[in-house]
Amino acid sequence: MKDAKVIELEEVTIRFSGDSGDGMQLTGTLFSDTSALFGNDISTFPDYPSEIRAPQGTVGGVSGFQVQLGKKHVNTPGDFAHVLIAMNPAAVKANARFMNPGGTIIFDADAFNDKNLEKAGFKTDDPFLECHLEDYSKIPVPVTSLTKECLKGYELDNKSVLRSKNMFTLGLVCWMFDRPLDYIEKYIQKKFKKKPVVVDSNLAVLHAGYNYGMNMQHMTPQYIVHPANIENGLYRNINGNQATAYGFLAAAEKAGLELFLGSYPITPATDILATLAERRDLGVKTFQAEDEIAGICSAIGAAFAGDLAVTSTSGPGFALKSEALGLSVMAELPLVVVNVQRGGPSTGLPTKTEQSDLLQTLYGRNGESPLVVLAASTPSDCFYYAYLASKIALERMVPVVLLTDGFLGNGSEPWRVPDMDELPAIEPKLAVNPDIFQAYARDPETYSREWAIPGRNGFQHLIGGLEKNTKGSVSHDPAIHSQNTIYRAEKVERVVEMLPELEVCGLESGDLLVVSWGGTFGHTLSAVREMSESGKAVSLAHFNFIKPLPKNTKEVFSRFKKIVVCELNMGQFAAYLRDRIPGFDYRQVNKVCGLPFTVVELKENFEKLLEE
Amino acid sequence: MSEYNYTAKDFKNDNEVRWCPGCGDYAIMNAVQRTMAELDVPHEKFAVISGIGCSSRFPYYMSTFGFHSIHGRATAIASGVKVANPELNVWVITGDGDALAIGGNHFIHLVRRNIDLNVILFNNKIYGLTKGQYSPTSNRGAITKTSPFGTIEDPFIPGLLVLGARGKFFARAVDSNVKHTQEVLELAARHKGTSVVEVLQNCVIFNDGIHDEITNPKYRAERQLFLEHEKPMIFGNDNEKGLVFENGRLKVVTIGEDGYTMEDILVHDSKNLDPTLHMALINMCLPDFPVAMGVVRNVEAPIYDEEMTKQIETVKKGSQFSKVADLLRAGNTWEVNDPAGIGPVPFFSKKCKINGK
Repeated sequence: MKDAKVIELEEVTIRFSGDSGDGMQLTGTLFSDTSALFGNDISTFPDYPSEIRAPQGTVGGVSGFQVQLGKKHVNTPGDFAHVLIAMNPAAVKANARFMNPGGTIIFDADAFNDKNLEKAGFKTDDPFLECHLEDYSKIPVPVTSLTKECLKGYELDNKSVLRSKNMFTLGLVCWMFDRPLDYIEKYIQKKFKKKPVVVDSNLAVLHAGYNYGMNMQHMTPQYIVHPANIENGLYRNINGNQATAYGFLAAAEKAGLELFLGSYPITPATDILATLAERRDLGVKTFQAEDEIAGICSAIGAAFAGDLAVTSTSGPGFALKSEALGLSVMAELPLVVVNVQRGGPSTGLPTKTEQSDLLQTLYGRNGESPLVVLAASTPSDCFYYAYLASKIALERMVPVVLLTDGFLGNGSEPWRVPDMDELPAIEPKLAVNPDIFQAYARDPETYSREWAIPGRNGFQHLIGGLEKNTKGSVSHDPAIHSQNTIYRAEKVERVVEMLPELEVCGLESGDLLVVSWGGTFGHTLSAVREMSESGKAVSLAHFNFIKPLPKNTKEVFSRFKKIVVCELNMGQFAAYLRDRIPGFDYRQVNKVCGLPFTVVELKENFEKLLEE
Repeated sequence: MSEYNYTAKDFKNDNEVRWCPGCGDYAIMNAVQRTMAELDVPHEKFAVISGIGCSSRFPYYMSTFGFHSIHGRATAIASGVKVANPELNVWVITGDGDALAIGGNHFIHLVRRNIDLNVILFNNKIYGLTKGQYSPTSNRGAITKTSPFGTIEDPFIPGLLVLGARGKFFARAVDSNVKHTQEVLELAARHKGTSVVEVLQNCVIFNDGIHDEITNPKYRAERQLFLEHEKPMIFGNDNEKGLVFENGRLKVVTIGEDGYTMEDILVHDSKNLDPTLHMALINMCLPDFPVAMGVVRNVEAPIYDEEMTKQIETVKKGSQFSKVADLLRAGNTWEVNDPAGIGPVPFFSKKCKINGK
């Protein structure tokens, strides 16, 4: 037998792709978890259609899961796949553009029949040629028939047999990447505990796939990616929505409050609600409201009544919440709103990522209605920004919007689990002295009012949406409205004292400063890192604090010859910077394809700017 | 008198009341303040939540905790208040436009969930604060500023909406009848779960006399049927009339005529789980029937906020997690312990590194 072709890589990207019923998300997730346990750094990106079961075999129904693994820090799920697993012709068609030149395509040869080729819209019987994939290594594997063969002895109906195909693929990929099967085996044993035949059949197919790889070494390349070198500690794999939910749990515990989430299901934010709904054991009150408006209104009520109150949503839901968000600005209650952004406008691209809700978040309300805006930058740091959003809201009596996006929410990466002691204390601004308490009396330093939770005698007061004087009585006095408008704005600005300064990644000054915010961090950092390594004077300033902006923003900008603002919209942050930090020529790199940036396209843009 | 020895005055504040002179809201507020004084609830446990509209100014004139919110959302906000803090005694003040037009969705879902709140629905069949447009309870044909040729739509009957949403408590009262309103409000406050009290309220400016044919004290005995649990459904100047149920429908009879005796008269059972008769009572209207007043329906059912608390307690008992740290450290975790590696760095003190910087 010929030795396997062994490819040693720093980083490798794999894309699993098939019908939305083929179990590709599970296959991808199990492989990613296995790799993370093996010690690789990983970053994942599920890319699935908004239809739960689009017509089988069509391009519209293709569900993908991409993961990049590496021996050093992996910042992105990878631009292009080294290995594509295609369960049918439609998967090839949908993913051809995501392939790395010269990559490997493993496909289920049984599924490449005339019927499926036609369904996927191929005109000839060579889908690879039609997709210009001639130079790639293509490995046909009769996945369907081998799975059937393997399960002959089991009394399973045809549907159940076909459903096990993904395990064959998973076994094969595990061999290719030299991954142990024990984690996956345990997962299957636990998941189907009550159905021994399903456990046995899935394990049989998994091993059949692994052994197939071993036996066919002559044609299947084997990749080696060594474990990553990272901080010591306890690790787990976490996606952005889960991290966001956990961040709120940690904040409530630290603040000594109960956690209330009022929310309405919406893609891609629903998992925050689902994750917290599981946590009755930690005292969480999740309230699945009748609509987005009731989601935020119930949270506002809970904030008034003394809980750490949160509402989670995505763009269209955020729009529905606008009026109530204005109420929380006026009532000056601690409220956190999470917007897991997706492609818009309107229903837009529910399952795809975008950063186009920035201006809606900053300005999308009636009246002068300032609030604090934060943005998380990686799946795991959603934990910390959710925590910080809660801290700011509770200590400064101000609504805070946390922006994440579909890419962060669904994407995952290994996360070092922090000790609770690593997290800063949270001290809610509770009213202390009933003798001097007034509803809208303000702290002279922070301008925040006190939180007087109903139930404590002596603190009876009224709040509401009408303009009020210090006592809390309605006032239409021009001077009072003018003064309060300034107070509310200044209160938000003074949050800057709680925030770290803007940091520059790379040289402190140079030819080009790349500016990005939120979920594009992994891609902009990788692009800047690669260019710095090749000697270019390019640095990165990534923003997590949108409003207020870090104190030293202007000073940082002034140290660079050129500034380019990269974002997944048509230039919203750039417009905001032009308004807030004028005097600079902000160049732009924008993308609205429902997809993250690629490192390659960013570098191309930066190179061009440097040459100008 | 409650153990706290409150009087209605303890629930008033110094703010100048700015409803129009003669507005029915004054009487309703008096009834609410008297009711609160009678309940065994400490003053600081009351929270009054309102939306937008004339009636929603209510919290400004109360000395309790109050929240004057936005149009239609009082029920949703109050739901959050009660679930977050079940010890509070929460009242929602709303009107026909606030609760049934812009806030219709929240209203029916509140009722369906059965959160322990007291809702007072001020029904004056008009938009008063915006100066006289028709509301979802305006009669068909009502001529208003936005229906100069008469409305061409049917109004809601609030009680039917409540029962349609599987409501457990519904009562009706008249603003000017303070004593009766107070009795009804007290039953509503003592009911566990969502209670809705529709008060027929007069808007002296934009819809003066809209309920007059029902509420005029001159005809009160003839045109209003005061329901009381386990009491016969009789009315009339000499209590000579009553309701019977024949051929699947209600019928007004005169006791002693056509062979009807007191024995034939229906006895009100507000605690009957079957809503059929309650619906029929709510649906009664002039001129064929008197209008039903008092507590029509008052049944027990699981209460959302209590169930939430119970579920939390139950799940806590069976869980392996008592602290957030337990959860974070559970599941598929792995330890990295490389002697050459670096120690843990708290997130907020991390620095971004490029080129060994």
